[in-house]
Amino acid sequence: MKAHRAPAAMFRANEGMGLWEHRGKVAAVGIGHSPTARRWDGQPETSVGAISLLALRRAIEDAGVDPAAIDGLVLDPTTTTGAHWPKGRPVPAEMLDAFAATDDPLDGLAQLSAPWVLKNMPELSGVKFAMHGDGCMTRAICVAAQAVGDGLAHTCLVLKAWHNYAGRYGQGGASAGDALPGNVAIHALWGTPVCYGTALQFAEYCRKYGKRHEMMAPFMENSRRNGLLFPEGYWAQHRPEDITAEDYNTARWIAKPANLLDNDLPIMAAAAYLFTTADRAQHMRQKPVYILGHASSRTRARSMTATLDEVEADTARTARKLYEGAGISAADVSFENMYDGFTLFHQFHIEGLGYRGLKFGEALDFYQTDISIAGPNPVQPSGGNIGCGRTRFWMHTDCIQQLQGRAGRRQVTGVKPEVAVSGGPMPMGGDFMVWSATPG
Amino acid sequence: MKQGVAPDDLTRPFWEAANAGRLVIQRCAACDRLQHPPSRRCGECRADTALEWQQMSGRGVIQNYAVVHDSPVRLLQADQPFNVAVIALEEDNDIQLYSHLPGTPVDEVPLGAAVEVIFEATANGQRVPEWRVVGAEA
Ligand SMILES: [Zn+2]
Repeated sequence: MKAHRAPAAMFRANEGMGLWEHRGKVAAVGIGHSPTARRWDGQPETSVGAISLLALRRAIEDAGVDPAAIDGLVLDPTTTTGAHWPKGRPVPAEMLDAFAATDDPLDGLAQLSAPWVLKNMPELSGVKFAMHGDGCMTRAICVAAQAVGDGLAHTCLVLKAWHNYAGRYGQGGASAGDALPGNVAIHALWGTPVCYGTALQFAEYCRKYGKRHEMMAPFMENSRRNGLLFPEGYWAQHRPEDITAEDYNTARWIAKPANLLDNDLPIMAAAAYLFTTADRAQHMRQKPVYILGHASSRTRARSMTATLDEVEADTARTARKLYEGAGISAADVSFENMYDGFTLFHQFHIEGLGYRGLKFGEALDFYQTDISIAGPNPVQPSGGNIGCGRTRFWMHTDCIQQLQGRAGRRQVTGVKPEVAVSGGPMPMGGDFMVWSATPG
Repeated sequence: MKQGVAPDDLTRPFWEAANAGRLVIQRCAACDRLQHPPSRRCGECRADTALEWQQMSGRGVIQNYAVVHDSPVRLLQADQPFNVAVIALEEDNDIQLYSHLPGTPVDEVPLGAAVEVIFEATANGQRVPEWRVVGAEA
């Protein structure tokens, strides 16, 4: 079975589209996570393919569904954290022995495809719909939600996986070379790390609103504290270390005002969800979490890097789209799990949403109040990438678990978990979800 | 030292102009709109037929900056930390170019200051637009 890239029409990127036509009719039920690792150890059983199969099987088991009853699969074929399989290096013989191959030898090793998953999970004998949602778990979720709503599938798996190899992030390839192609050189000649654009926006934010980098410290402490309560996460599994304000304020700069801790840690991990119709969800093992709506931003910066004005205009636009589609207002949101990789843009997301009535420039003051899972204003109960490692999916898993009442020690207690928002990655150019404990 | 440049079809006019000591920016004649980075289509009307290259005055202002302490680019790592500023062009202050601001001390960047273009050689001799604060020592 071939899988095509999701068409642009599956995403709700415009304002004025009204209520999402499938509001409350699609539900997330099962969750499956692989263990995490900092880097691949070269063994087939820890390859990105293997951890993907594991996460999928766990999601199926969690939902209590017969694998043969699953008819849909959506995944992000890109799995790199920035590490690439060197050109010309042969696929290890152990990998060839362990898995059924597709015609692309990098499948399962440095990327994924729906055909590779289906070849290696023969129990998924009923899949008739497969699609690729490129970029992020959030994008794959939008595609799966829309597909189930549209009737393209009634029981659909959603998968996102990441591989990471040895070597320093982003330092291979073009960065190590003596010359760059002209179109790349236009922006890459100045040697900026990936966080540079966010650092610029944060610098402008601090000047405009009179804020300081140190005001981020409570956010960092809270994120790691929550992350250490996430047993599926990297830091909880491998390095149960808090971040203190001192740690944060003394971390070395990467692109000042972005420091090392403002950058998340690349890891290997896979997560899968099982989505189905609201009707079928009633007969599955876990409590359904209903999708009230999804929205996407496809806005581009006018020139080299988005200015603060461009970012703020777009996060406000995203909120209008998201609330309009879900038929809710900011006041209905129990908690937020917007993206944090980089930390210095989390405030753009939540100010745009008007979370707890926040206006532009107010989030860093908000961070100085009780933002814990025990308080009335939880910020990122998942812990996000800072608390769990870079995957861009903790926020969704946490929303589902919180609304199911099975977030364990991370369960929010200061608010009743009824409606949650999550999404990302970038404040300009991302995909966003509204989840609900009831169909609305 | 900046990495060299191998001009491609899309950006060749930009790099050839730089070697001749001129700053040119792509413009859509249909929209009378500048755009940078260069693209095969106008970001506004999406047409690919009205794009041309227009010479700029070479004047701008420093709009923003960050200080790079950990660059992924090997050839620049010896110079860390260094400024990377965003220059807004006089002709349209929504059009930005990056600059290492030669002559400006690290993290002492005068935001809003007027700058003028200069042309700096990269590792393979290709020249690239750079910017210097007006009135600053060379
Ligand atoms: Zn045009």
